[in-house]
This record gives sequence, structure tokens and C-alpha cells, in this order.
Amino acid sequence: MSEGTIARPVAARRRLNAVGTRLDRYASGTFIFPAVLVILAFSIFPLVASLYVSLTRIKFAQGGIDFTFVGLDNYAKLLVGIDHEHFLGVFGTPTALGLTAGVAVAAALVWWIARYVRAGATVFGLVGRIVALVGVSALVWLAVETLSSGGRPGTMVVTFVYVFVGVAVQYLLALVLAMLASQHLPGRRFFRVVFLLPMMITPVGVAYLFRMLTDTSKGPLYPVWAWLGLADTSWVTNPWGARIAVMIGDIWQWTPFLFIVLLAALESQSIEPVEAAVVDGASRWQIFRAITFPQLLPVTSTIVLIRVIEAFKIVDLPNVLTNGGPGTATESLTLHAYTIWRALDFGGSAAVAYLLLFVVTFVGVTYVNFVRQRIAVVA
Amino acid sequence: MKLRPLALLATASLLFAACTQTPAASSPTPGASQSAAPTASAAPTQPFAGTTIRIVTFTGPQIAEPLQRRAPDFNKVSGANVQVITVPFSDLYQKILTDFATKTNSYDAIVFAPQWMGDYVPAGYLEDLSTRVTADAALQWNDIAPFFRDFSATYQGKVYSVPLDGDFQMVYYRSDILAKDGVKPPETWDDYINIAKQYQGKDLNGDGKPDYGSCVAMKRSAQSYWLFISVASAYLQSQGTAQGAFFDTTNMQPLFGSNEGMQKALDTYKTMSTIGPPDQLNLDVGDTRGLFTSGRCALSADWGDIGPLAVDPATSKVQDKVGAVILPGSKQVLDRKSGKLVACDATICPYATNGVNHAPFAAFGGWAGAINKAADAKVKDAAFAFLSYMSQPAQSSVDVTLGKTGFNPYRNVHFTDLTPWKASGMSEAAANNYLGAIKASLSSPNMVLDLRIPQNAFYEGTALDTALAQFLAGEITRDATAKQISDQWNKKTDEIGRDAALTAYKATLGVTK
Repeated sequence: MSEGTIARPVAARRRLNAVGTRLDRYASGTFIFPAVLVILAFSIFPLVASLYVSLTRIKFAQGGIDFTFVGLDNYAKLLVGIDHEHFLGVFGTPTALGLTAGVAVAAALVWWIARYVRAGATVFGLVGRIVALVGVSALVWLAVETLSSGGRPGTMVVTFVYVFVGVAVQYLLALVLAMLASQHLPGRRFFRVVFLLPMMITPVGVAYLFRMLTDTSKGPLYPVWAWLGLADTSWVTNPWGARIAVMIGDIWQWTPFLFIVLLAALESQSIEPVEAAVVDGASRWQIFRAITFPQLLPVTSTIVLIRVIEAFKIVDLPNVLTNGGPGTATESLTLHAYTIWRALDFGGSAAVAYLLLFVVTFVGVTYVNFVRQRIAVVA
Repeated sequence: MKLRPLALLATASLLFAACTQTPAASSPTPGASQSAAPTASAAPTQPFAGTTIRIVTFTGPQIAEPLQRRAPDFNKVSGANVQVITVPFSDLYQKILTDFATKTNSYDAIVFAPQWMGDYVPAGYLEDLSTRVTADAALQWNDIAPFFRDFSATYQGKVYSVPLDGDFQMVYYRSDILAKDGVKPPETWDDYINIAKQYQGKDLNGDGKPDYGSCVAMKRSAQSYWLFISVASAYLQSQGTAQGAFFDTTNMQPLFGSNEGMQKALDTYKTMSTIGPPDQLNLDVGDTRGLFTSGRCALSADWGDIGPLAVDPATSKVQDKVGAVILPGSKQVLDRKSGKLVACDATICPYATNGVNHAPFAAFGGWAGAINKAADAKVKDAAFAFLSYMSQPAQSSVDVTLGKTGFNPYRNVHFTDLTPWKASGMSEAAANNYLGAIKASLSSPNMVLDLRIPQNAFYEGTALDTALAQFLAGEITRDATAKQISDQWNKKTDEIGRDAALTAYKATLGVTK
């Protein structure tokens, strides 16, 4: 057997290996490509299509639907046109408290940027912070103006109230309940299950439940309301009463989600630092502030982000509980879009949905970039 | 000889086929002929055996209930299987429209508000029923009151729907209490307010709890805005039906705008919101009907449903204690040139009674059935047969006497034959009183027709409804409300095309009664 006859199979094997390696390199991408295409089609196409719809006005005609391109008319109607009071609200005269809060937020944001510049800013980081500053200031200004005397919040600000007040209360309640359930108390297993129940109920069911509970004249709590002398009042016909009723329902339903995650985080914490702190004579509050809470921060930042994004889309509760009323007092952005859509103003509805998307994206990106990172560092 | 059994078999088969041949294949039938629909009494065969009809209407129990209850009976006489699909009222309009527009065609027939024909018919979604209704003897088309035949069921001269319900709003009062106190039923909306104030907070049903002077539905995104139109009509229309109560017929400018008639109507409506149950802003018609029949309200303004509900022994505590009158009117009406309210006289209010201008509002126009033009031919025939069956006097005369159906009188026989009413538990006097109020509305030359122009769901269900809800909640002032409605309507009219909208509006007012 000559050298040539031995070398030929080796070379062939090498070539085969090279082909195999190349195939291996492309195989993963080739197999995933169809799935990526499908996912892109299902996520990007509706986004683009709804963007187009938001720039049109539709008319039902013989044999189909006519789309008339109207440019930014649907957006203009919401922001500066005939629907701006419904969407943004009516501006009033800010109270001293509102002005103080607005100025305080603006000052804090300016201080935050100044500190960033002093610490050595990058152009990209600075631009991002300025965008965040402008956006947050605009939202705070909108809230201060429309929640002032003589003002009226539009669906945008009502949604902010649901999101920020609702999620804050949910988190605080969940934290307290998780702390309690993590103690070695009798019946804690039972209460863990009980606390989880509201999350299992459909939001429409929750809305009907609260509709019955808030009915002071014939609901199941009528004897209680009558005993309190409230049988002839209705808290869902008062704008803030109705908003609070919606928020109580939302808090009741979603606190368990935060509770279960926080409980898991609490129970997975290592016991050694706490024991060391006890030996050092630390109080319960000091242990919570210096050890327990910082360890919860990474989980906190994630679940709060999830809840904030979800809360922006609230629709079931105000729709069933109050139909967005009294007036438009409890109407969220999603319900606003739905109400317009119901009258077949698809363009206007898509415009509301897109503005909601912008707001959620802005809040989410700002939170992730500037709050969550900071929390991670502190933690 | 082997052939004989075969010949006998063939002959027998032919004879059998001839005897059992379905009318649909051979003779005038509900299917092929577009004529006689099955009646409950005689149906030798089942012409639609194996056919399924999918009908959509709103989540009841009203309206859906009689369709569901009678579907098995219809199945026995026709063989057709009727599936009743229900969706919430606020979603019904767009559900039907999107289903037809996207050619999904999951509904073969619809039981809907005929005022939506302004959107459905021009787009070509509904079957023309003109020849079918006249050819169907069992339907007794000419027995249907002219208003429902010529207006509700008809669009631009063609029949597109079969009336199943007659809708007028009117005022109900507790006849026992008013008679005891010597109080006359309200003639004007001012009277209504005064009577309601008189009884607000008093115990009206003997349970020791304070009750309400007036109970009316004022919930948003429900069926409450029609009541406001009932109130406003008294001030806005006085010269007869053709004058119209929604727009100026010369330029399509809204009458629901900045004028004294609208201001007075809004003031009245706002006052009504304060003399009722505490959660009245969150009550729909089902809630207020329950309150009235449980004896908790002195007055109510509603469609014809309260009459039959009030005699239902299972739920009513006010049997034979309820009176009904035509919608209250006004002694002052809008002068469209000046925008001011002026006192009625023979010229300004030619149809006034005792100086009071009544403008009874045919709110909604009555539920009616229509057929999807894109449905299969045999299904269309079956669907028409079912709609005809529901409307035929044998069925409808009973259904209109039952409160749970939501159907109100719309045929001549419903007014002339009191037997079903008495059978339902209504006394002859009560039946005459109830039917008299409807007849007074139906025969009024100043009847107000509901809006039936393209996108009227936006005009009424979105723009008007939202503004009224905001007004009642105190979010906007009276004048801001009027301006908001007017601005929204004008914007929509401009989007549709003012001339096209005006033409459509004027066409609906040209009805011959």
C-alpha cells in the first residue's frame, strides 16, 4: 500500500469533517430561521398594520372596507383636537401642594442629570437622561395640572393613577403579607393558599364581585352600609370613589402575584447574615432595612416592572364595574381605545393604542435603564 | 319473472318519492318560493331538516329569550336547527359589522336595531326581503303597524328586516299612589320633576324604607341615552315628524347644541338624576325595571317592557297599580332661528294637546330580524321562515305580553285582541291604559324618528352617551356638554361628508305613515 493510497482517505475524511463543521455552524440558524420568521410575522406585522390603521379612517363599502389615509389626524384629534379633553384631561389651577410636588420632581431630575455630568457623562447616556427628564417632567406636569382644582384627568392620567398608586399599594401589601407568611405562625400554609385565590379569578369575575360589594342599596354588604348610615350613598357615582373602587379590585386581584414572588425570595434568603446581625444586637427594623430588603431589591425591580406594564393595560375592571363612569372618571387608556373601537373608529382606536405603546415603552425603558440598574447596584 | 319485483320496487320508489317530495323542491314553500313560512299548526313535512341557522342578538335575557324558547318549536315544524348567539349590547353593532365586512359570515341572520341599516344596507350586507314579506301569507305583513313596516323595516324603499318588537318610550306611574293623593300623571317634563320630587324619600311599597320619586336608567355604554333624546325631543321638535329632532334639515347642523331647548333638556335630565336611587348613574334598564316592579319608584320612563313586567306575579309587587302615558311634553319649544325657547301656539306647536307639545320618541325603532346576504340560499330561506314564524300573530301576540321577552306591541292585532293580555294577568282596564299610551305615541303626527344615518352608533352611542355621562358626573357643565355633542357630531358629519349625511337624514324623515 503506497503513501498515496493512505493519504487519500485521510484527505477525504478531513474534507468531510470540514463540510460537517460548516453544516453544524449553519444548522442551528437554518432550523431556527422558520420559527423566527413566524414570530416576526406575528409580532411585527400587527404592529406595522396597526400603525397604518392609526393613520387612516375606515369606511364600510360594498364588498369590503375603504381605507382613507388621513396622516396624523387621529393623533392630532387626541392630543390637540376634539378629543384632547377626553385623552389628556382639562387643565386646572395647580394647588400649592401640586406645584410643590411638580417642582420637587423637576428639581430631583435636574440634580440627577447634574450628578451624572459631574461623574463623567457619555453622550449617549446624557441624551438618554435628557429624554427621560423631558418625558417624566411632561407626565408629572400633566398629572399636576389635570388633578388640580378646576381640572379633570383624562384617560392618560387616570391610567397613571391606576398604575403608580395601584402598584405601590400592591407592593407594600404584598411585602407585609410575605413577611407575615414567612414567619413560623400557626396556619401559615392555609393563609398562603388563601392569599393566592384572588389571582386565580378571572378579572371580569372580580369586577362583578366588586360591583355587588359596592352596591350600597341592595348588595350583600347592604346591612353594613345601612349600619354605617351609607345606604343612600353610592361610591361608584363619585369620580374618586369609583376610581378607588376600581383600584381596590385591582389591588385585591394582583397583590397575590407580588406576594408569592416576594415570599419565595424571602424564604430563599440565607439565614447567616440575619443570625450574625441578631448576635450583634441589631433590632428587627435594622435587620429588615440593612439585610432583608436589599436582598429583595433585584426581585422587587423585576416584579414591579412586570406589574407596571400589566397595569397600563387595565380594562376589565373599569369596563364591568363602572363602564368607565361616572362620566369618564374611571376610563383607562385601553378602555378608551375599546370604546372608540366599538363605534368602529378603528383609526382613532389604533392611535390611542399606539400612544399607550409609546408611554409604556418610555416608562419601561426609563425604568430598566435608570431605576433597575441602580437598584441592582445598591442591592 | 325476475323483473317483476324490480319493477314493483321501482314503482314503489317513485310513488314514495312523489309522496315524500319536499315542498321546497316542488311547490311554493318557505324556501324556494320565498313565501309561506311554516306555521305552528300545519307543517306536513320538515322543509329545512338538517339546516342550521346561526342568529346573533344581544345578551338577554330579553330579546334572546323568545328566540331561544321558540327555536325548538320551530325545529319541530321546519326541521331547522336555530342557534342563538348572544353578545353584549354595546358590542352588537360592531360584531355584526366586522363579521360581515371581513366576510367571516359566522351569522346567517341578525336580530338588531334597524337604525343600523344605515351602515349595513349600503355596504350590501343584508338580503332584500321585499318580495318575501309580501309573498308570505302567514306573516300577515299588512297587519304590522305602518310605522314599523315603512320605517323600521324599510330602507330606501326596500324591506330588509322583519319587525319583532315595537319600541316607544313612555312614562309609567304608580296609579294607586297618584290616585290616592289626587295627583294627575305628568303632562310635561316639569310635571314629571315635580311629582318625582314629591315622592322622593317616601315609603312607596310599605317596607318601611324610603323609596324613590323616579327611577330611570342613566348608565354609560348602555341603553340610557335614548331617555335623554326622549326628554330633548319635547323641546326640539314641534312641527311634525318631517321636521326632525336631531339636525337642521337645511344644513345638517346639530340641534343637540348650544340652544335653549337643549339647555332645558339637559337641566331636566340632570334634575332627574338627583331624584332617584343613589346609584342611578350606574343603573341600566334592567335595574330600573326591577326597582319599579318591586314598588320602589313612583315614576319611570322606559320602553313598553314595564307594562307586562308589572303583571308578572313572580316578580311584581305592583300588579294593577301601574299606569302609562305618552312621553311628557313641553309648553315651550325651540325656535330654530333664534335658538330661544318660545311658548307654544297653534302655529309653533300645531300638534299640541292642551298647549303641550308632545314628541313621542320611537327610540331604537324596535328589534327586527334581517338575513345575511352572503348566507347559503337554503339557510336564507330557513332564516326567513324563522323570522316570519317569530313575527306571525300566533307567536308574537303571546310574546308581546310577556315582560321577559323584551318585545312590545307592533301589530294591529296586538292592540285589538285583548285576550292574550288578559291571559297574561293584565286586567282589561290596565291593558287598555297600557296599549292606549303606545297607540297615542304611534298615531302622533309629531313622532320623533330615531337617527338612522351612517355611523349613527357613533353619534348616539359614543358622542352623545359620553357627553351625557360626563355631564351627569359633574365633569362638564351644561353648556360645555351641548357644545361637546355639537362639535363631535359636526366633526363626524364632516368626515362622512355633510351632503351625504344630510341626504341620508332627510331620506329617513320622508317616511309616509
